[in-house]
Amino acid sequence: MNPADIRLLLRRDARADRVVPPTGFTAHLTLFVSGAMAFLAVFALALSLASGRMAERWGSELAGAATLRINAPAEQRAAQTQAALTILQQTPGVASARALTAQEQSALLAPWFGPDLPLDTLPVPQLIEIVEGDPGLDAAGLRLRLGAEVPGAVLDDHTRWREPLVDGARSLRRLGWISILLIGGATAAMITLAANASLAANAQIIEVLRQIGARDRFIAGAFVRRFTYRALLGAAVGTIAGMAGVLLLPEASDAGGFLTGLGFQGAGWLLPLVIPVLGALVAFLATATAARRKLEGLS
Amino acid sequence: MIELENVSYSYGGGELLSDVSVQLQPGSFHFLTGPSGAGKTTLLKLCYGALLPTSGRLSAFGEDIARLDRDQMAMLRRRIGVVHQDCRFLDHLTLAENVALPLMVSGRAADAEQDNLTELLHWVGLGARLEAHPPELSGGERQRAALARSVILSPDVVLADEPTGNVDWEMSQRLLGLLVELNRMGKTVLIATHDLSLIRAAKSQVQARVLRISQRKLQLAGADL
Repeated sequence: MNPADIRLLLRRDARADRVVPPTGFTAHLTLFVSGAMAFLAVFALALSLASGRMAERWGSELAGAATLRINAPAEQRAAQTQAALTILQQTPGVASARALTAQEQSALLAPWFGPDLPLDTLPVPQLIEIVEGDPGLDAAGLRLRLGAEVPGAVLDDHTRWREPLVDGARSLRRLGWISILLIGGATAAMITLAANASLAANAQIIEVLRQIGARDRFIAGAFVRRFTYRALLGAAVGTIAGMAGVLLLPEASDAGGFLTGLGFQGAGWLLPLVIPVLGALVAFLATATAARRKLEGLS
Repeated sequence: MIELENVSYSYGGGELLSDVSVQLQPGSFHFLTGPSGAGKTTLLKLCYGALLPTSGRLSAFGEDIARLDRDQMAMLRRRIGVVHQDCRFLDHLTLAENVALPLMVSGRAADAEQDNLTELLHWVGLGARLEAHPPELSGGERQRAALARSVILSPDVVLADEPTGNVDWEMSQRLLGLLVELNRMGKTVLIATHDLSLIRAAKSQVQARVLRISQRKLQLAGADL
């Protein structure tokens, strides 16, 4: 289909459009389906974008940090901690390293043991917080050196629990995009059904038009225009409703976790505006295909 | 103008027309007669490309119909006006819009052709019914409107399928008069009818060739008509 054909199919022609009488059933079905699907597409898009942001944040926040744990008897703990700090200061890729204070370690354990934990009476390992520089540190090399000089040191570069989280967020984003594709497919299927119903209901009109010399594109245009503009209208209403729904979701906060961050940010608010255009495009293609098949089936 | 050479047409395993040969010369007037179910409508449909021959060659205006693409077939149909017994109007449009429909599908502005449209509707005696809808029209009015629609693009050929089937004798004479007038304007006319009295009545007005379909074959009818 060339651009001229597309222009011809979409160009408004009030009199030509009057040739095919509007039928309530297909009109309502197209409006409802495109509206409902656009509404769902807005949420799928919001989910996908939020998951993408989350994967990026988790990836970058956790990738730049590591923790060193000193599991040593109480009388050696201070010496091994000092030795570890000295090694870290000499290690390329370490921007800073500091031992957590007793209060900070106590605060970390408070959610499990309560606020009055007598930390000095328990064999709790000493934690050292490492902030990586750019480029980051060589974790394998550091482990080897620590193994030789600080026997009680265990390096945790967060990889083993960062990766599943990031993978999870990426899977969620993928699900969001798959949902959008499924929504597009379901919209195309429903509009094809509605277009076929309309073409069948108007079979006699099509026969008259062909007999008086109408070209296929004239006949198809009467159907394509109607379904495309209906889908555009329905999808626009559905998109506005969906965006309003997203707007009413709670603001992103640390306490609320992922669910409160489900929404659009900045220029992301412009992305849902593409949905009505895509809805109209899907309707255009679905109706044009249905009309072409129907007309080609006639002699 | 329209020429059938050894044309046969089969449908559902049965042959409806067999080895039909006929020429519709420019400006000629033909009646096509035969019993109901003989294949008159089938032959008319073959002439305007609604059906394609199973075998044989059918040419219109020098073009082999079987070789035309869909757009060319649409162009061909604009040169052949067709009047059906059931008229086939779009009931949601007014009479004027129905008659102007061929102008619209051919891309000509009906506004610019308004004078021709009005004149044409006056010619068929429907000048006062422009805004009426098809269900409001009598059988005779519908047939005359269908005739007007068939000629609004000034086609070279007019095919009429039982145009007088649903009207009284007086109205059938009026319709015949219009078709004879079209023939005098140079149009080729082919009327399919089982009404022999219509053919007899036409003899005094026009030199017509009478074709009869019998047992799937086309014959030139004798003087018994």
